[in-house]
Amino acid sequence: MANKLQFDLVSPESLVLSAQVDSVSVPGLEGDFGVLPNHSPVMSIIRPGVLVVENDGVVSQYHLDGGFVDVTPEGVTVLAETILTEAQAAERGTSEDA
Amino acid sequence: MASLKELRNRIASVQATQKITRAMQMVAASKLRRAQEAAEAARPYADRMGAVLGNLAAGITDPQGAPKLLAGTGSEQSHLLIVATAERGLCGGFNSSIARLARADAYRLMAEGKDVKILCVGRKGYDVLKRNFTKELLPMISYQGMKKIGYEQAQEVATQVLGDFENGGFDICKLYYSRFQNVLTQVPTALQIIPAHIEAVEGPDLAGAAYDYEPEEAEILDALLPRNIAIQILRALLENAASEQGARMSAMDNATRNAGEMIDALSITYNRSRQAQITKELIEIISGAEAL
Repeated sequence: MANKLQFDLVSPESLVLSAQVDSVSVPGLEGDFGVLPNHSPVMSIIRPGVLVVENDGVVSQYHLDGGFVDVTPEGVTVLAETILTEAQAAERGTSEDA
Repeated sequence: MASLKELRNRIASVQATQKITRAMQMVAASKLRRAQEAAEAARPYADRMGAVLGNLAAGITDPQGAPKLLAGTGSEQSHLLIVATAERGLCGGFNSSIARLARADAYRLMAEGKDVKILCVGRKGYDVLKRNFTKELLPMISYQGMKKIGYEQAQEVATQVLGDFENGGFDICKLYYSRFQNVLTQVPTALQIIPAHIEAVEGPDLAGAAYDYEPEEAEILDALLPRNIAIQILRALLENAASEQGARMSAMDNATRNAGEMIDALSITYNRSRQAQITKELIEIISGAEAL
C-alpha cells in the first residue's frame, strides 16, 4: 500500500521487527520526531527513550537504550543495541524494584 | 602376540572412546545449529551498519578532518592483533589455524621493525601463542563457561580496544577469526577494523532529496564508528562460535570412524588368536590320546 512505510527494527542479535506500518515516532538526539510515509531522508542518533510504532490503530512501544535511525523514502531502519518490548521493560522494571 | 585378555581390554577401551567421540559429535551438531542461527541473526545489523557507514564515509571529502577510527592515525608503527579462538580444544585444526595465521603476521610485522601487541579472546589461542610470544601478549579475555556470546561481551572487548586506541596504544588493529563457510570449511581470516575498512556502497535512491543529518554528519560518524567496532567483533565471535562447532563436529566424526576401523582390526586379531589357541589345544589333546 502506498500510504504505509517499511519499518525495520534491528538489534545486533536479531531482526526484531520488519513490517509495513502507518507511522513511527523516534526519540532523536535533538528531539522526538514522527515519520510518515514519504518522509524526507534523515539520519539521526537516537537517545535512550521510547519508540512508538502505529499500525492500523494498534500502537506498540519499544524501549531503546540509544541507537541510530536511517530514514529513506522507502522506509525507516532503526539500529539499536538493546531493544525491549513494553512487556519486557515492565518485567525488568518490577524486578529492579523488588 | 598380545594375550586374549589384553586384546579384549583394548577393544573395550576403544569402544568407550568411540562412544565419547560420537556423543561429542552429536552435541556439536546441535550446538552448531544454534550458533549458525545466531551468526545469521547478526547479519542484518552488520549489513545495515556497513551501508550507513559507507554512505557517510563517501560524503567525507576532507581526509584531514575525518575521525581517526576511519582515517587512521597517520602512522603504521604499532599494531594490535586481536586473536579470537575457542575456549576448548578437540576441534581439529580450528584453534591452531587461527593462531598460525596470527603468528605469521606477527613475525612478519616484527621483522619489519613494527611494534606488535596481541590480545587473545579465548583461552586456546593464548595457550598456543604464549609459547612464541611473551611480552607482546596482553592479558587474555576469556568467556569460559559462557553459554551464549552476545553483544555485551563484544562491547566489553571493544571498550578495551577503543580505550587503548584513544591513549595512543596502537595505530592499526586487526582481528583474527575463523569465517564459517560451511560445516566442513572454516576459513581463518584477518580483518582490519582500525582504521575501518569501508566498502563504497551505492546509496539508496533518495528521489532527488538530500539527507538531513541530526546532529551533524561528523558527530554521527563519531558515534557510529566505535559501535561499528563492537559489531565487527561480535560478528567475528559469532562466526567463530559456529566455526568451532563445525570443526569439532567433523573432527569428532573422523575420530568416531577411526575408532570403528580400529575396533574392526582388533576384533579380527582377537578372533584369529582365539581360534589359533583352540586349534592348539585340540592338537595337544589329540596327540596326547594318540601317544597312549
